[in-house]
Amino acid sequence: MTTLPSQTDKKLGLVIDLDTCVGCHACVVSCKGWNTENYGAPLADVDAYVADPVGTFLNRVHSYEVPPDDGPAALVHFPKSCLHCEDAPCVTVCPTGASYKRVEDGIVLVNESDCIGCGLCAWACPYGARELDGVEKVMKKCTLCVDRIYNENLPEEDRVPACVRTCPAGARHFGDFADPDSNVSKLTAERGGMDLMPEQGTKPVNKYLPPRPKDEAIDILAPLVEPVAEKPEGLLAWLDKTLEKI
Amino acid sequence: MHPAPSIIAFTTLSGLGFGLLVFLGLGLPSPTGWPAFFHFGLGFGLAAVGLTASTLHLGHPERALKAFTQWRSSWLSREGVLAVAALVVMGLFALGRVFGLYDATELGWFGTVLCALTVYATSMIYAQLKTVPRWNHWSTPVQFGLFALGGGGLLAGQLGVAILGVAAAVIFQILNWQWGDSRFAERGHTGATATGRGAMGQVRAFEPPHTGNNYLLKEMVHQVGRRHASKLRMIGITLAATPLLLVVLPPMPVIFGLLAILHCAGVLVIRWLFFAQAEHVVSLYYGRAA
Repeated sequence: MTTLPSQTDKKLGLVIDLDTCVGCHACVVSCKGWNTENYGAPLADVDAYVADPVGTFLNRVHSYEVPPDDGPAALVHFPKSCLHCEDAPCVTVCPTGASYKRVEDGIVLVNESDCIGCGLCAWACPYGARELDGVEKVMKKCTLCVDRIYNENLPEEDRVPACVRTCPAGARHFGDFADPDSNVSKLTAERGGMDLMPEQGTKPVNKYLPPRPKDEAIDILAPLVEPVAEKPEGLLAWLDKTLEKI
Repeated sequence: MHPAPSIIAFTTLSGLGFGLLVFLGLGLPSPTGWPAFFHFGLGFGLAAVGLTASTLHLGHPERALKAFTQWRSSWLSREGVLAVAALVVMGLFALGRVFGLYDATELGWFGTVLCALTVYATSMIYAQLKTVPRWNHWSTPVQFGLFALGGGGLLAGQLGVAILGVAAAVIFQILNWQWGDSRFAERGHTGATATGRGAMGQVRAFEPPHTGNNYLLKEMVHQVGRRHASKLRMIGITLAATPLLLVVLPPMPVIFGLLAILHCAGVLVIRWLFFAQAEHVVSLYYGRAA
């Protein structure tokens, strides 16, 4: 049924730390790997070895320049995947009931055997979180690695989304936003977690932590590498004088 | 948005077809026998060709029947249910007319209501999308309705309604373009809100997430179709307005037919622009000013 649940027991989602992300795209690769080999249709690459390859990804990393008033621009890497919105517009537009939001944990999923590939859910999503697979012709989206997080065949430390497990910078955090004492709720409160495009009214579950302000004296090595010979002495002084006279 | 030919054909032809059936259901005109066969046949043909075209862009058309299940929440599903209901009711009404078996006037009225609701549901598939500010407005159903009214009146040979309907549709379209051009900016969606409201300030796309093309760019950041927008607007409006010549031309069936074809061509051009010029908010993530 493509009506949204009025409330979900848990609100599972991600916190993405824009201050820590180094833009290595490891989350993109691990996401593609896990979700190609496990739940649902594999994420296809079409014409992967020719001039115009096109592939399906559930997670993509944009990079933005933040121009300051003065000084050098800051570079912010910006991973983007499904935000598992509380008021998910992609779910209600679905004509077949293939798109749904789970009552137990709030994960937004696609039942691929019911998907007719009309693409309307991708149109309804402000974040570009849904992509129609080029080979299977069904809608693909982040599942929050639903086949990892409850999977008792995996060691406990692996029961988090693949992107979170793989992030070498610790910029991705997984948890339950319905629990005010969870790691993600605390991080969001401490660091001022942001909603993306809040004016769309989607109430995203995933939060983004803004980059911390940069220190003024950022170059701690500067005092150690000051020029040591402003005024030449001895032979250099004589050479300097003589060459200027010529 | 990507102006897919299947969707342009669907909205244009089914709009005209259901527009014609609206008038036939009201008994304007009320032919019997062979003339009824051709009148209803044209309405059903246009609607059916349009609906069939709409299935061409589906990834899995063999599952299309599942789309009739979610009418409680989905406008696309409602559109499907209403279209089939309208065609069934109008079909029963038409049988009575063609074979002269019965005259089910009230059934025709009911069919008219269903046909009008179908056109409304079609427009709401687009008007509901907050992600496309140009569409997300009351003017979208009004525009679709006026084109169905004008085109349907024309096909039904209703001189007065055809002229008034087409004039209203064309004038409203010109206004609608003016309003639509600025709506994206008015809604306040910017790169700053897309990346978290104001916390980082204005951002400039530095590096895209992928070097090649992808589904999002092809489907929602499609900009090629906008290149000749102002010329196409002129061409579309001129063609769509040709039925206004009925003020001076004699109202013969052949002239109605010819003007209907020109009008339909104009609506196709305008529908192309409806999609090609629609700016989706996801383009903000790609640093494209929509």
